[in-house]
Amino acid sequence: MIEYNRINIRTWSLLGPSGAHGVAAVELAESDPNVLMLTADLCFFSGLERFKAAFPDRLYNFGIAEQNMIGAAAGLAKEGFIPFANTYASFCTSRCADQVRVNMSYMKLPIKLIGLTAGYAAGALGATHMSVEDLALMRALPNITVISPADCTEVVKAMMAAAKTPDPTYIRLTGPMNTPIVYKEDYDYRIGRAVKLREGEDVCIIATGSMVYYAIQTAKQLEKDGISCTILNMHTIKPIDKEALLDANRRHKLLVTAEEHSVLGGLYGAVAEQLCREGNPKPILPLGIEDFFVHAGSYHYQMKESGLDVESMKQRIVEKLSHS
Amino acid sequence: MIDAATVRKCEDAAKRIRRHILDMTYKAGNAGAHLGGSLSMVELLACLYSGCIRFRPEEPDWNERDRVILSKGHAALALYPAMVEAGIIREEELDTFKKDGSRLGGHPSLNGLQGIEFASGSLGQGLSLGVGTCLALQRNNNSKPRVFVFLGDGECDEGSVWEAAASASHYGLDQLVAVVDMNAIQYDGYTNDILAMDPFESKWKDFGWETFMIDGHNTEEILRAYEHRGDKPLAILAQTIKGKGISFMENNWKYHNTSLNKERYEEALKELEAGI
Repeated sequence: MIEYNRINIRTWSLLGPSGAHGVAAVELAESDPNVLMLTADLCFFSGLERFKAAFPDRLYNFGIAEQNMIGAAAGLAKEGFIPFANTYASFCTSRCADQVRVNMSYMKLPIKLIGLTAGYAAGALGATHMSVEDLALMRALPNITVISPADCTEVVKAMMAAAKTPDPTYIRLTGPMNTPIVYKEDYDYRIGRAVKLREGEDVCIIATGSMVYYAIQTAKQLEKDGISCTILNMHTIKPIDKEALLDANRRHKLLVTAEEHSVLGGLYGAVAEQLCREGNPKPILPLGIEDFFVHAGSYHYQMKESGLDVESMKQRIVEKLSHS
Repeated sequence: MIDAATVRKCEDAAKRIRRHILDMTYKAGNAGAHLGGSLSMVELLACLYSGCIRFRPEEPDWNERDRVILSKGHAALALYPAMVEAGIIREEELDTFKKDGSRLGGHPSLNGLQGIEFASGSLGQGLSLGVGTCLALQRNNNSKPRVFVFLGDGECDEGSVWEAAASASHYGLDQLVAVVDMNAIQYDGYTNDILAMDPFESKWKDFGWETFMIDGHNTEEILRAYEHRGDKPLAILAQTIKGKGISFMENNWKYHNTSLNKERYEEALKELEAGI
């Protein structure tokens, strides 16, 4: 059994989301003989070196051939295996989108798709390796569960949970190495159930993935100005936690969505759609990537350029509150 | 060994399948159907379903069954009547083809119909499904079943086919059989005019496959090719005629996907009965 203790949590954070993915892979393989790991020439990059050493015959490296990897994963899933297939988030959601659509969405085959370096984590390589539209792409497909873990501990938890469901699942990994820690100790993680990390009265920041940590930092800054914030970790984008959203809508003056993703079709889209459908939504401020490609650069440079640094977020929330 | 009785059985099945193809298309009315590329596959499917398939209709999930993947999903029009020959689906159900609420759609889908392993229709994906299925069989030491993937020659324009072809030989998938229906015509015209893939056979060989180039309407040749099992993935490259069996449909791209009016339908039936 994996232990969610301080030392492990610290180690996973140092390894980053891909490394944590590799740790979970080993743990899963030990507990379930049907779990297999598939990659498209990213064994090392996806943190599967230890897995490869421990379970060499349970790792399939398909080379730089993502479409074939998803098709083969479908064949393995149909025969009862639980294939986790990884590559850069941009490649596994858009390059082989049709394979994902037909095999995971249409046929509901229980492939667990792992999108590495979603958002800006590989932003130094330029827009080809960024992925700021994968939530929108995956959300539009029926039958696929879409998860965006808040930190490395949640990466481990999400993989464990995903292996136990029969649902095709997409897990997007965000944040750089040395990932900020949101969860310092064990907690109850359930797919589709948002986690309230902070309780406030004025604003509710609904955050996902890497933005959960920055949302907490922003809330701390706002508190100094007398603005109190609730923080919801919306780790599951689909199915979205409707109850948590309705509750947040009832209790706050302003809702804020925070995502390292385009403001089109991701968390903001999911929240706005749900609340509009229920009627009487409060104003929603979308913090995300406006409809553009940022220049290649460091993670923090790109986050700042996109208005996703703590200072910018704080300013925008204050401004929005002053107008409402 | 291929005996005369089996050859005869497959030829008889082929006749009935062609007849069903015409009936189903006519009954589908204006919806029409993929006639040309279904008629070209009749013998290929008849020889599998009436000649050599490992399948138990009373136990459709039998672990040692052969897995059949119709990567060129638009030939469902030929697949369903071939499955009738093996007792997998009932003949009456063919009348529902393409009707609202039917299990027999224009492309195969996962809707409870036994013997359909995967949905298809988006070309270029079936061979990868076959690769994954073979890897699973390999992992389970389940060596008896074979995985038959039916592709079109036009479909082989898709790069994903060749990704799958490379991985099949990389993983030594000797249970995998790719059957390519080389009817030489795709939607927009002759395959060689649209995207020339010659030399086609050597491409498969270069990707590490064993190959047979056969006459895809000769049941004996087909049965012999199906019977062969070596230590590499096997590509059966079947030269066929699009629209085979009906003179005015043969090699006529207009019959790729079309409906049949009463006059044409009756004319086609007459030709079938005359045994052309």
